[in-house]
Amino acid sequence: MIAPRRLALTLSVLGAVLLTVAAGALLVGSAPVSPRAVLGVLVGERGEGIEAVVVLNLRLPRIAVALLAGGALAVAGVAFQALTRNPLADPAILGVASGAAFGVVLAQLFGVGSGVVAALGLSAFAFAGALVAAGIVYLIAATDGRLPIQTLLLTGVIVGLFFSSAITVVISVVDFDRLGGVIHWLLGNLGPVPAGSLAVFGALMAVGTWLVLGRARQLNLLALGEESALQLGVETERLKRRIFVGASLLTSSVVAFTGPIGFVGLIVPHLLRGFLGPDNRLLIPAAVLGGGVFLLLADTLARTVVAPAELSVGVITAFCGAPFFVYLLRSRYRVIP
Amino acid sequence: MTPLVELRGVGFVYPAPERRQARPFRLADVSFAIAPGELLGVVGPNSAGKTTVIRLLTKVLEPTTGEIVLDGQPVGCLTHWELARQVAVVPQEVPPAFPFTVEQLVLMGRYPHAPGRFFERPEDLAVAREAMAATGVQELAPCVLESLSGGERQRAMLARALAQQPRLLILDEPTAHLDLRYQAEVAGLLRRLNREQGVTILLVSHDLNLAAELSDRLLLLAGGRIARVGPPAQVLDESLLTAVYGCPVSVERSRGHGRLVVQVAWSEGR
Repeated sequence: MIAPRRLALTLSVLGAVLLTVAAGALLVGSAPVSPRAVLGVLVGERGEGIEAVVVLNLRLPRIAVALLAGGALAVAGVAFQALTRNPLADPAILGVASGAAFGVVLAQLFGVGSGVVAALGLSAFAFAGALVAAGIVYLIAATDGRLPIQTLLLTGVIVGLFFSSAITVVISVVDFDRLGGVIHWLLGNLGPVPAGSLAVFGALMAVGTWLVLGRARQLNLLALGEESALQLGVETERLKRRIFVGASLLTSSVVAFTGPIGFVGLIVPHLLRGFLGPDNRLLIPAAVLGGGVFLLLADTLARTVVAPAELSVGVITAFCGAPFFVYLLRSRYRVIP
Repeated sequence: MTPLVELRGVGFVYPAPERRQARPFRLADVSFAIAPGELLGVVGPNSAGKTTVIRLLTKVLEPTTGEIVLDGQPVGCLTHWELARQVAVVPQEVPPAFPFTVEQLVLMGRYPHAPGRFFERPEDLAVAREAMAATGVQELAPCVLESLSGGERQRAMLARALAQQPRLLILDEPTAHLDLRYQAEVAGLLRRLNREQGVTILLVSHDLNLAAELSDRLLLLAGGRIARVGPPAQVLDESLLTAVYGCPVSVERSRGHGRLVVQVAWSEGR
C-alpha cells in the first residue's frame, strides 16, 4: 500500500479507538453520574450541579492530560529508540525522566509562583534536568560513537538511581510543607490540570512531536548506522541534536505535569511496531494516538480498581511494563555475548 | 578522458581520541584517478587504509592534506546529500537496528534525491523497483532483511546503492561473508553492472583473486601508502606481495584460462 494512504488508515483506526476509550473513561468514575447525565452535561443541558462539576472539571481535563502525556511518552520512546538504535530505550529506563523529576523538585524548592507561570517554570526546570541526565548517559555510554545495548541500559539505570537519590536528599533536608504533594507527584499521577497549564502542556507536546516527526524519514536511515546514514546524505550530527532535544522536551513536559510515568515509551512503540513495521513516518503519528489510548486505559483502571480510593497511574504502567521489559529482554533482544 | 574521481596528494591522520589503537594510523600522499566506466580494485593487508579511502571519498572523514575532486568539483564543497546523489556505498554487512523490509531499505537510497520530502514520490518507487530487478531481489521486496540469506542481503544492499543512481559505486568487501556460490553470484552481478550499464565501480576487497578477476586496474595499499597501481598482472607480483603482506606469496597462471592465481606459498612440514 502507498505510504500516505496507510498512514491515513492507521490514524483513522486509532482515532476511532481513542474516541471510544475516551467516551468510556468519561462514563466511569467513583462519583455516581449516569450516562444520561454525562451526555446532558456535554450537550449543555445541565450546566450546573455536581454532575457538571464532575464531568467538566474533573473527568474531561483528566482525559485530556492522559491523552497528552501518553502521546508524549510514546513519541519520546520512539525517538530515543531511533536515536540509540535500540528498541529497549525508554525515557524512564534511560534515566531522562529521573533527571527531569529532579529538575521539578528543585523548582519546587525555589518556588515558581502559580498558574501558567508555575507551569512554564516547572517545565523549564524539568527540561534542563532531562537534558543534563540524557547528556550524562550519552557521554558515559558512548564508546567510539556507538551505544552498545548493555552499557546504555546500565548507564541509564545508574543515572536514574543517582537522580532519584538526589531527590530523596532534597526531600529529607527540606521542610516537608514547602514541597507540597511531591511524594504523591513522584508516583506519577494524572490530576486534573487547570486550563491554562493544560494549554502550556499541549504546546510543549506539539513542539516536541514536531521536532521528532519532522525528521521521521531521516530516523529510518539512521537505523542503518551513522556512517551509512551520512553516506546516504543525512546530516547525522544535526539530526541527533534535534531528536535529543525533542525527546527530552516531551519527557520533561510529562514529568512536570504528571510526575514520572514509566514504560509507556517502551510498551506502546513495541506494540505499534508489531502492527505497522519500523517506518517512523507511520510509527510516530500512531504513537501520538496509541500512547494516549494506553495511558487513558491505565488511568481509568487506576481510578476505578480500588474506588473510591485511587492508585497512581505510574503503578499501573509499571505493573504492566516491568514484566513486558523482561519478556522483551529474554525473547526478542537476547544479547549475544 | 577527464577522470570521474581524482585524489590529489591526499593525506589523513585520525584525530587523537580515536588513536587508542596500538599504532596510530595515517594515510600519506595518496594520488589516483578513476576513469568513467572503469572498475578499480583496491587491495591490501589489514589496516592498509582501504576503509579510510572509502570514508574520505564519501566525506565521512575530511582529508588533512590534499584534495578530492569529483567530476571537477571538490568533494569538500558538496553537502552530504549532494554527494550521495553521485557516490553510493555498499557497506560491509551491518544489519539495520529495526526490521525493515527489502523494499523499505531500497527506497532509503532515494533519500538524497529529495531530502526535504516526507514520503517518497511515485518515481522514487519506480527507480527502487528497477534497482531491485537489476539485482534480482524484486520477489523479496516484502521480506524483512533479517530473514534473508547472506547473498540475498548483499544483493538487497546493492539494490539500495543502485537506487541512489550513483555515478560511482563503492563496494566494501562485498563477498566477505559469502560462500562460493554467492561470491560467484555477486561477482557476476558487478561485472554486468560495469560492462552493460557502464557503472563506475570502486571495489575494496581482501580477495586478491576476485579483485584481479573483475578489475580493470588494481591499487595496492600498504601502511597508508600506495604500493603500486596498474593492470592486475603488474600489481600481482610475487616479490611485491611477499613484501607487502609479510609472508611468502606465490602467483601463478592457471592452466585452463590463464588467470592469475594468488596464494600463500605454504612452506612444507610446518
